[in-house]
Amino acid sequence: MTRHLTAALVLGACLAGPAAAGQPPAGMALVPEGDYAPLFRAKDDPATVRVPAFYIDVRQVTNADFLGFVRANPNWRRSQVSPLFAESGYLGDWSGDLELGPRAPSDSPVVLVSWFAARAYARWRGLRLPSTAEWERAASAGFTSANGAADPAYREAILAWLSVPTPPVLPAAGSGRPDVYGVRDLTDLVWEWVDDFNAMMPGGDSADNSGLDRDLVCGAGGANARDFTDYPAFMRVAFRSSLGAAYVVPNLGFRCAKSL
Amino acid sequence: MESARRLAAAARSILLGASGCLGLAVAAGCSREGETAIPSGSATTSTLPVEYALLLPAPKVPGPIARRHPAHVIVDLEVRELVRHLANGVDYTFWTFGGGVPGLFIRVREGDLVELRLHNHPTSKLPHNIDLHAVIGPGGGAASTITAPGHTSTFSFTALHPGLYVYHCGTAPVPMHVANGMYGLILVEPKGGLPPVDHEYYVMQGEVYTAGRYGDEGLQSFDPDKAGDERPAYVIFNGSVGSLVGDNALTAKVGETVRIYFGNGGPNLTSSFHVIGEIIDRVYGDGGARVLDRNVQTVSVAPGSAAIVEFRTPEAGTFVLVDHALSRAFGKGALGMLKVAGPENTAIYSGKISDTEYGGTAAEVVAANSAPSPESAAKPAVQEAEDLPGVVPTLEVRMERGRRVYLMACFACHQPDGRGLPYVFPPLAGSDFLKADKERAIRIPLNGLTGAVVVNGRTFNNVMPPQPFTDRQIADVLTYVMNSWGNSFGTVSVDEVRRAHGTAK
Repeated sequence: MTRHLTAALVLGACLAGPAAAGQPPAGMALVPEGDYAPLFRAKDDPATVRVPAFYIDVRQVTNADFLGFVRANPNWRRSQVSPLFAESGYLGDWSGDLELGPRAPSDSPVVLVSWFAARAYARWRGLRLPSTAEWERAASAGFTSANGAADPAYREAILAWLSVPTPPVLPAAGSGRPDVYGVRDLTDLVWEWVDDFNAMMPGGDSADNSGLDRDLVCGAGGANARDFTDYPAFMRVAFRSSLGAAYVVPNLGFRCAKSL
Repeated sequence: MESARRLAAAARSILLGASGCLGLAVAAGCSREGETAIPSGSATTSTLPVEYALLLPAPKVPGPIARRHPAHVIVDLEVRELVRHLANGVDYTFWTFGGGVPGLFIRVREGDLVELRLHNHPTSKLPHNIDLHAVIGPGGGAASTITAPGHTSTFSFTALHPGLYVYHCGTAPVPMHVANGMYGLILVEPKGGLPPVDHEYYVMQGEVYTAGRYGDEGLQSFDPDKAGDERPAYVIFNGSVGSLVGDNALTAKVGETVRIYFGNGGPNLTSSFHVIGEIIDRVYGDGGARVLDRNVQTVSVAPGSAAIVEFRTPEAGTFVLVDHALSRAFGKGALGMLKVAGPENTAIYSGKISDTEYGGTAAEVVAANSAPSPESAAKPAVQEAEDLPGVVPTLEVRMERGRRVYLMACFACHQPDGRGLPYVFPPLAGSDFLKADKERAIRIPLNGLTGAVVVNGRTFNNVMPPQPFTDRQIADVLTYVMNSWGNSFGTVSVDEVRRAHGTAK
């Protein structure tokens, strides 16, 4: 990945144009600089946060991708991973340490991976996990507009996904309809790890650090939410808040990001 | 955690068996022995005897608790997201506590230490938690039980206050989790127990906000806009349209006492719970330890609340449970049945004694209220007396007489336009069932019809009582029905109705 970065820099230097600097590495898409409006914020926080442009994987990391990682890093194999870093169900849908098997097709998103494992994978590739702000910023785009909220088809796709249980074998990653940035399957294939998944705590006032939990468990939580009709956003917040860093979940995968 | 597991493994005594012969239970009335002392110390060091709660799906209720001391009660509740039947031809992905809607009924005793283990099945799409209104503590337990798919959360609480309490999922967005079926009841029995009754049933109301309208077939998805506007397509008892109808009806015998644990999951609508043709002898408040009122017709139960109602069943018949906000009962599904078997007591309820012609104000009101039809401009003279022997009235006259009968009795269910109500009352307009067999059609108003019938490819399972019409009225109304709304199925004569009296039901 360092090579990609170098190539991009060299290319940018050669062409000396701002557009060329935005050429994403292979398999990644550029999400331009823009605003992210958090679902919850403390009273004095700004309504929006500026998110610098970044690159994000077009699709989730697949079983085949992750197999390459565990081949190169034996300590992340199923039989060898430390229980501190992954629960016992880690890669539990694989047939073996280095065999995917029928429940984990090579092109399906890898799931049952902990945050530690996802982070290690990203680092191995010279990348990182996206932050919540970056991930939400990418997911705020619709199929036809940078504002997914104004794209009924986009919201319907999310709700349709929610209305069916997780299938025993996941479909291929990257097969969904791309959004305006060219990113696929952000909201309708599996949930995804973000780097700061456990950061949804109210900033500053530690005396009230249970405040957000309470918001999430009672109807009044809508009171200080940005948009109480944004059900998928609530679900993502709830999902992240249910996780621990070593947790592995059958419908939770990840994709990588990279700064410009 | 570990010590809790050891405790659990150490004891295998099971809470009392299912309901049925509650009369056998020894209960000391509902007098309280005083407030439960506030416990202290850690739950995991409890020395109470350990039991596993028997959890039962609606309309069943676990039997009364016989022991007279507190216990450490383990409740294993599994969350599953499942595609389930909502109405005929309509499926929905329900999120459930225990595999069905409402969630499994939990029964513990005042003073018990309840260890609740919430298991979220690996196939779940979402995290879930549980807020039990019987709990005093942050989120009613929700703050301690947010559980990712494929995980288990455990917490414990002491059941300090007796009563019937709603439990529900409290994960954001809460209205969606609740509307999708995540609600149930937990009964904290008073220390002295509840008075014995013959039957205990579990009925819980909820709303479903489908993208499609009521009756639109196929797998329906959730509609956040309808939820936000509190406009459910369905208002249901026990998880589906027809869950307490026909073969699934609640049952009792004449002279017995029935107790219904009625909960309202909501998430939004207050229920006006009513049992048509019964008077509720006693309503206990949420607390269950005190009779709140007697001789009640309709019980208002807020979303997130519950009531215990009891009544004796002195008279036989089918008694219909409804939300008496009636548009929910007729057209959204909030309808169930209690069938009381046994001898009719005509001193309590005579049944129809007579039905005579009446040509006065009522008939004019009916005529004035009914939709004007082209033929009403030249309405034929209607012969009100019995037809003279040998005189056959014209079809016009019989149609008009039949229309009047229809608008007195039949229209309430089959609707003025003969189209019935989807999944509840079958259509008469264009009905293949009606067209196929005239003799059978005659026997229906004569004898009533109970059980499943297939009309135009859809199954209806409901009860139509025998109609207290004269033979002539039956002939007229059938002739009307068989020649209205595009039907052209022939006519029915009084003689044909008379002959049908002798045939089997």
